[in-house]
Amino acid sequence: MDSALIPEGAKRCSMPKFYFGIAIVGGVVLWGVIAMLLIWWKGLNQTNMNDYYGFALWIWADLAVIAVGGGAFFTGLLKYIFKVDELKNIINFAVIIGVICYSSALLILAIDIGQPLRGWFIFWHANVHSMLTEVAFCLSCYFAVLVIEFIPNVLENRQANKVPFFHHLAHNMHGVMAVFAATGAFLSFFHQGSLGGVAGVMFGRPFAVREGLLIWPWTFFLFTWSAAAFGPCFTLLVTKITEIITGKKLVSDKTVHLLAKISGWMITTYIIAKIIDTIYWANVTVPSLGFELSHFYTNNSFYGYWILIAEILVCGVLPGLILIMKSTRENPTLRLVALILGVIGVCLNRWVMVLQIMAVPVMSFDTWALYIPSWQEVATTVLPVAYGIIFIALAYRYLPVFPQENELNYPVEPAAEAE
Amino acid sequence: MLPFCFEWAWDIGHAIFFGGFWYAISILGAGMTYVILKSAYDTMNDSGESHH
Repeated sequence: MDSALIPEGAKRCSMPKFYFGIAIVGGVVLWGVIAMLLIWWKGLNQTNMNDYYGFALWIWADLAVIAVGGGAFFTGLLKYIFKVDELKNIINFAVIIGVICYSSALLILAIDIGQPLRGWFIFWHANVHSMLTEVAFCLSCYFAVLVIEFIPNVLENRQANKVPFFHHLAHNMHGVMAVFAATGAFLSFFHQGSLGGVAGVMFGRPFAVREGLLIWPWTFFLFTWSAAAFGPCFTLLVTKITEIITGKKLVSDKTVHLLAKISGWMITTYIIAKIIDTIYWANVTVPSLGFELSHFYTNNSFYGYWILIAEILVCGVLPGLILIMKSTRENPTLRLVALILGVIGVCLNRWVMVLQIMAVPVMSFDTWALYIPSWQEVATTVLPVAYGIIFIALAYRYLPVFPQENELNYPVEPAAEAE
Repeated sequence: MLPFCFEWAWDIGHAIFFGGFWYAISILGAGMTYVILKSAYDTMNDSGESHH
């Protein structure tokens, strides 16, 4: 029924089967939307946030999707500025993942601010001394960049591309995409960094505070670095999941190996910097503030040294090593393990930098404050995941997302080619 | 956000924050204006040669 909209030469499942699948995921979206409306209608009392947890599950989800969405800016930077042409085979999908991640981040913020009708205040009445203002500016502008980068892919839809103006617009947008990609990299550097900077400048929170360079704490640079390192991991992981679900090879091994190798080196260099930062913080910063390292990892039922080991060794050093060594990188199972560990690692880092900070007792009379989110918080955090699945499904069905799809799955017979 | 807002001040904070903000917005606006105008021009003088 919708075959006229499906990319030329591509094969897709039947329309009823496709929309049945969409309806199932749509049920999860509906659950999230009900929770969202409940929060907007009744207020933030629907959450388990309190005086300890002004930042909670939503801000973790926000930072995590922004970190894993970093694959879009980094892949765009490599493709359009450093001219790594091989990445043209995955750039469309990286941009789609970026659009999903950043729109999700903005949606979560719209729920979290409690008064979405006043969301524009952050621009109109900006506090120019706040790193979060910088985040809001860069996040909004970068979302605009991602939409601009996504538009040509939409216009390349089989039917849309028949309209001469749309055809020319897609072509001309490709021509100036380097300018948009450079702007995106500039914006991403600052908002990824400022999200880390927010934690690093909290001198009242010894678990988070870091020294740094001029006004920027080291967490500023570590956040940008980790997003560029682990973002491509998420792009490759979602590509793999899409390949499993569709039963097709969508990106060539050459492209996957290249992006995995770049990601591996970025992870390895990042994790060395992170280890140095942690050792300096534990041995110099923490004692100078009157604490010991054990204060942050003992006397509570959840946060132990395991989280530090999991984040840095298991989900940092290990995926980095797997991805930089050719033999392990080109092994599909080990590569998949590395990608999963990498994505968990960066999400764990954001969890620690948002939620463990809040849990650690600061005053001598204080105790650990653990927090369990309400169902409304969980539902609105799951909402973007379901929305992302639907977005990818629709994009894959109707847009030429993967330029190598036909070549990898429906090779032209030599005889037919000769004709 | 704009110099005629009552809380605007000509200081370094506003210059850096809003300078960067308007700089990014200007690049995006100028880039999109250029491609839309060029596409309109190309459509009117369509030779059917544009491919990507």
